[in-house]
Amino acid sequence: MINVQNLRRSFGSITAVDGVSFSVEKGQVLGFLGPNGAGKSTAMKMLACFLKPDSGTASICGHDIIKDPVRVRKCLGYLSENAPAYGEMTVGSFLDFICDARGIRGKAREKATDKIVPMCSIDSVYHQPIETLSKGYKRRVGLAQALIHDPEVLILDEPTDGLDPNQKYEVRQLINKMASSKCIIISTHILEEVEAICTRAVIIAKGKILVDSTPKELKSEYNASLDEIFRKITTTRIAGAKKAIVASAGV
Amino acid sequence: MNGFLAVFKRELKAYFATPVAYVFLVIFLFFAGYMTFKSGFYEARQADMRAFFTNLPILFVFMVPCTAMRLWAEERKNGTIELLLTLPITIPQAVLGKFLAAWAFMGIALVLTFPMPITVAILGSPDMGLIVTGYIGSFLMAGSFLAIGSFFSAVSKNQVIAFILAVVACAVLVYAGMPTTLNYLSTFLPMGLVNSVENMSFMTHFESIQKGVVEFKDVAYFVLLIVGWIGACGIILDERKAS
Repeated sequence: MINVQNLRRSFGSITAVDGVSFSVEKGQVLGFLGPNGAGKSTAMKMLACFLKPDSGTASICGHDIIKDPVRVRKCLGYLSENAPAYGEMTVGSFLDFICDARGIRGKAREKATDKIVPMCSIDSVYHQPIETLSKGYKRRVGLAQALIHDPEVLILDEPTDGLDPNQKYEVRQLINKMASSKCIIISTHILEEVEAICTRAVIIAKGKILVDSTPKELKSEYNASLDEIFRKITTTRIAGAKKAIVASAGV
Repeated sequence: MNGFLAVFKRELKAYFATPVAYVFLVIFLFFAGYMTFKSGFYEARQADMRAFFTNLPILFVFMVPCTAMRLWAEERKNGTIELLLTLPITIPQAVLGKFLAAWAFMGIALVLTFPMPITVAILGSPDMGLIVTGYIGSFLMAGSFLAIGSFFSAVSKNQVIAFILAVVACAVLVYAGMPTTLNYLSTFLPMGLVNSVENMSFMTHFESIQKGVVEFKDVAYFVLLIVGWIGACGIILDERKAS
């Protein structure tokens, strides 16, 4: 359902995403791993049609992100890094705005909010302005916003960042529950999360995909914990690449 | 259409959800009244609203950029622009929705000056046509200032910078048409250039609408100004939304 082809984007002299290709099918949960500044968020922003790629393209649910961004956004639920929301609005009016923008009206809107509010456990703060909420609640409001139209494809940028262990557990449960019927990409630094929810792990550093595998295979291949594997891959392969560049410059 | 209406509704509500609207309205109405009486609303002994309308451009130069500065700068600073533009909303829909909401808000502010025409109507028998065209001119002018303000709001993430740039741009367009400026310019510029400066200014077109003649060229001036700045705002936003 997601098909990424050779996506590339640079900011000035920094290449944030450097020729990334992969595809994700329905029922898969792809964990996007990588050190800070690896290009995870940039790649996700391009898939959500917020940033335009310099070259390459991707299609989501059969719609091209460059030619048909509005269609893509319609079938996509996107939660960006800091779960931005309009602070002065109450949770209820914020969700109303999202429904307005997504064209969910009348009965369908009632049904959608009735389902999503308990699902993200934000019933108790429904009438509170978003700026007064704690980080955990804010993120869950962001999650509710991304899920309200029951999208086929979900892109979540660090959905559990800043949550306490209980909330993390709840969000993971939520993702697990939806996993079979949707196509999900999440980015995270937390490796236990990958083990808990992802069916696939993609490790990315310096804008390039280093590993595309499953958490299980990785573990059996390296015979170590994911933490160690992550460190090994992201540090040695980058160092290796640097060596190669130096060597080729020497010739 | 969904996207446009959603943005429009949210924006207009947002003014009233925060103290912004109330502070703005109180200050605006106070100064609109103060300047009118200061320049001899009663003393003139005429049943018209000249004293009100002639002072409006100066007040607008400062007040309208206040409402416009937050339009995009705030979205970009808070990161909500990423939410807005990953919903199925296109940039033209978002730009127009926000601009028209702000314009509607300015319309509300103008409507709330209704005690003035009522006073005039009670004390004398004014030419209602003049008052109506005066309001049309003021509303068009507010729209043009807002278009300029929203452009600068898209240029800078910083609201203060957006405000100052918009005030300067609006002030240049207003003051270019003042008689003192034109007299000064005519000392060293050829007549043709002075005339074109005069025609580019707000004042010329605002005054002629205010005189009761709604001419095509004056309306076209404001409409072109709005379309141009709003279009530029959309282009700048597309370039800079993610930076």
